[in-house]
Amino acid sequence: MTTTIDDDVTAETPQKPTSRQRRAASIADAASGGMKMLLVKLVALGLLDAIAVYALFVLIMGGEWLIAAIVAIVAAVVNWIYFSRRKLPAKYLTPGVIFLVLFQVFVLVYTGYIAFTNYGTGHNGSQEQAVSSLMASSLQRVEDSPTYPVTVVDRLGTLGLLATDPDGDAYVGTNDQPLEPVDAEFDGDKAVSADGWTSLTFADVLARTDEITELAVPFSDDPNDGALRTPDGSSAYQYVSTLEYDQAAGTMTDVTTGTVYSDIGTGAFTSADGDELLPGWQITVGFDNFVRAVTDPRLAQPLIYVTLWTFAFALISVASTFFLGLFLAIVFNDMRMRGRKYYRVLMILPYAIPSFLSALIWAGMMNESFGFINQVLLGGAEVPWLTDPWLAKVSVLIVNLWLGFPYMFLVCMGALQSIPDELQEAATVDGAKPWAVFRLIKLPLLLVTVAPLLIASFAFNFNNFNTIYMLTDGGPRDSNAPIPVGFTDILITMVYKVAFTGQSRDYGLASAYSIIIFIVVAVISIIAFRRTKSLEELN
Amino acid sequence: MASTQPIPGTPTGLLAGEIDEVTDAATRAQAAAGGSSGAPYVPPRKPFKFGRWFRATGWRHVVGIVMVVFALFPIVFVISSSLNPQGTLTGSNALFSAIGFDSYVRILSDPQVPYPQWFANTMVIAGITAIGTVFLGGLAAYSFSRMRFTGRRFGLISIVVVQMFPQMLAVVAIFLLMSSISDWFPAIGLNTHIGLIMVYLGGALGVNTFLMYGFFNTIPASIDEAAKLDGAGHARIFFTIILRLAAPILAVVALLSFIFTVNEFMVASVLLIDTEKQTLAVGLTKLVSNPRYADWSAFSAGAVMAALPVVALFLWLQKYIVGGLTAGAVK
Repeated sequence: MTTTIDDDVTAETPQKPTSRQRRAASIADAASGGMKMLLVKLVALGLLDAIAVYALFVLIMGGEWLIAAIVAIVAAVVNWIYFSRRKLPAKYLTPGVIFLVLFQVFVLVYTGYIAFTNYGTGHNGSQEQAVSSLMASSLQRVEDSPTYPVTVVDRLGTLGLLATDPDGDAYVGTNDQPLEPVDAEFDGDKAVSADGWTSLTFADVLARTDEITELAVPFSDDPNDGALRTPDGSSAYQYVSTLEYDQAAGTMTDVTTGTVYSDIGTGAFTSADGDELLPGWQITVGFDNFVRAVTDPRLAQPLIYVTLWTFAFALISVASTFFLGLFLAIVFNDMRMRGRKYYRVLMILPYAIPSFLSALIWAGMMNESFGFINQVLLGGAEVPWLTDPWLAKVSVLIVNLWLGFPYMFLVCMGALQSIPDELQEAATVDGAKPWAVFRLIKLPLLLVTVAPLLIASFAFNFNNFNTIYMLTDGGPRDSNAPIPVGFTDILITMVYKVAFTGQSRDYGLASAYSIIIFIVVAVISIIAFRRTKSLEELN
Repeated sequence: MASTQPIPGTPTGLLAGEIDEVTDAATRAQAAAGGSSGAPYVPPRKPFKFGRWFRATGWRHVVGIVMVVFALFPIVFVISSSLNPQGTLTGSNALFSAIGFDSYVRILSDPQVPYPQWFANTMVIAGITAIGTVFLGGLAAYSFSRMRFTGRRFGLISIVVVQMFPQMLAVVAIFLLMSSISDWFPAIGLNTHIGLIMVYLGGALGVNTFLMYGFFNTIPASIDEAAKLDGAGHARIFFTIILRLAAPILAVVALLSFIFTVNEFMVASVLLIDTEKQTLAVGLTKLVSNPRYADWSAFSAGAVMAALPVVALFLWLQKYIVGGLTAGAVK
């Protein structure tokens, strides 16, 4: 790959144009563009700027100064590039590069950051969010507290309570926004509607009962003041938390038991006995996730067998598909054989079908008690194709062979046909046997062409999510592991399962696994490129 | 370079083979000898012997038939079970025991399973992603192919390096990024098609750019210069000349991107939450997450309908796709 770039640069680099030539070129460009081009450009940039200004407005209102600044700088640079008369390459590269930087480069860096945090279920937000959510979840009604007549109101889909306090004043608030005074219309003693809010009808209240009973509108910014909750949508009572938050000391105290939970730097309030109050909050934990993944025996063991299986799966998949494809290419590369075209079309069908569908179909056919293979082909046998740890691995390899051999067949066919016939004739004249011709002449030439493809295929299978996930879902499940991992999981499916399935999501650990894959892929690529370079020199 | 290598599966390669198909080496030698003497030569018909035929080509047909059976039996199975009006996996085992379109009707009309919606979502997402990929990649490839600027070499190498780390490695970060975007701009964040398409476009500058870059390099620069002399600007050269001449490679890139997007499960399953927003890959996988209780023949009907457009496109353009795949990876 790199050689191509070198060649082109040395072969084609034109002499640097003089400033006169450049000026002439830019005048010619401007003259040829025409009004239509200019108009399209102006409209596109105008739209972009409008979006950028809107985004800036939203971000600044929300107080996200850093992101706002980045958006402003990017927008300014884009405008500068497209209004400049120079910067021609940048005009063509910018659109793709913006997406590349945000959704490929940035997210990889961000993965690196998450790997050093405890992000996941129970550690999702900031400490303030954790405090308010803890308080809200431990609310208890204050005995003999006054009744507040309320009207349930809605603003842009967010429910709120319009409450009338015992003095007859109206207040409105939502889950996130504490009660504040509001001008309201009264019906008797009860405030029934307020500006900017839509009052819910009785039918609406019935329809959204679940949401309404979950509402807890705080009295003030201090979470210790408690909140207003309504069991029926018409009258509310004061609830206070059984937890008491002491901001200065950074502790939570359970008033009923007197237990003090303090912030000991693990991202959750922890009592002296080690009990954690969840949800906690997100903190950076250094190399904790990596250390945990490698040293905790319950996690280290799955990591070892998953890594070994990932390599085995990728290597065996490449080897099996390549050899079957090569064998078929040799078999069908005979001019005397009739109907080769039809065989070819029928055999590449597995490759043309979207792989997620094929894997799902195979999963159905390999079902232990109802599948086609056991019931029909094996006459009612109960072969645990997908449920036995070892047999499941074999099944995965068979299905991946089915999915991948047509590609290798096509590739090898092309490579074989591109080897000149004279080589074979010359060797035959020199007295070489067919096997020697193949092994000493055709195979080396073929390998030079397909070696980069084999490496690409290895890289693809290393992260072949679909085959594993759709066929076995990584299973059978390893019941000893605390994370949802199974015996046919490869690294990428393990990342997905740790992050997004199971009882608790552990983004930090999943990102740490991602980083491990990242390092493995990087090392393999470096070695592979060195090797292919030496192969290219052979040619 | 891709351009200088013969593209496998091109008509020339196959045609050359088929002309010689009837004559084997021995008769060819005779034909050459006969031809040199000047008289019209009629090859003598040898009596058919099974043993000789089997050693020469017969065993190849045996291999071919075995492989075709291996390749086709899951496909036959799914077509058969899609035509089976019965719903279960067990009921699908007797191939073609009953023929009817009940399961097609079921999957298309079941209110619990918004299959037509999934289908439309997939086509829209994959279609827009394909067009966007071609456009963004084409722009970048044009600048790399036709312009010389500082950072060009660095740009080409960094595209190679970045594409080695597929986006799905960063699926956690993508999810968290999109969920924080949806805090501010719900229209392009989680659970939106635009958000998912934007994520896919992040991978637009990758192997595709190299494919197009290689092809653009084969278009002679003299064409550009002639156009320039006639007064065309860079944009006009790109849109009206280069893109037209490079149509085959654009089709290949669009198709590869389309097929990739149809197949993509990991990111789509994380970003699209509502059932009616999901794609076929996500929806159908959830549908048969437990094959024992799933409506297997309805799933089969859905699978057949989902596979048809992709298979048709693939077979229609297979020689270009195969050529593109090989060339792209060789680069």
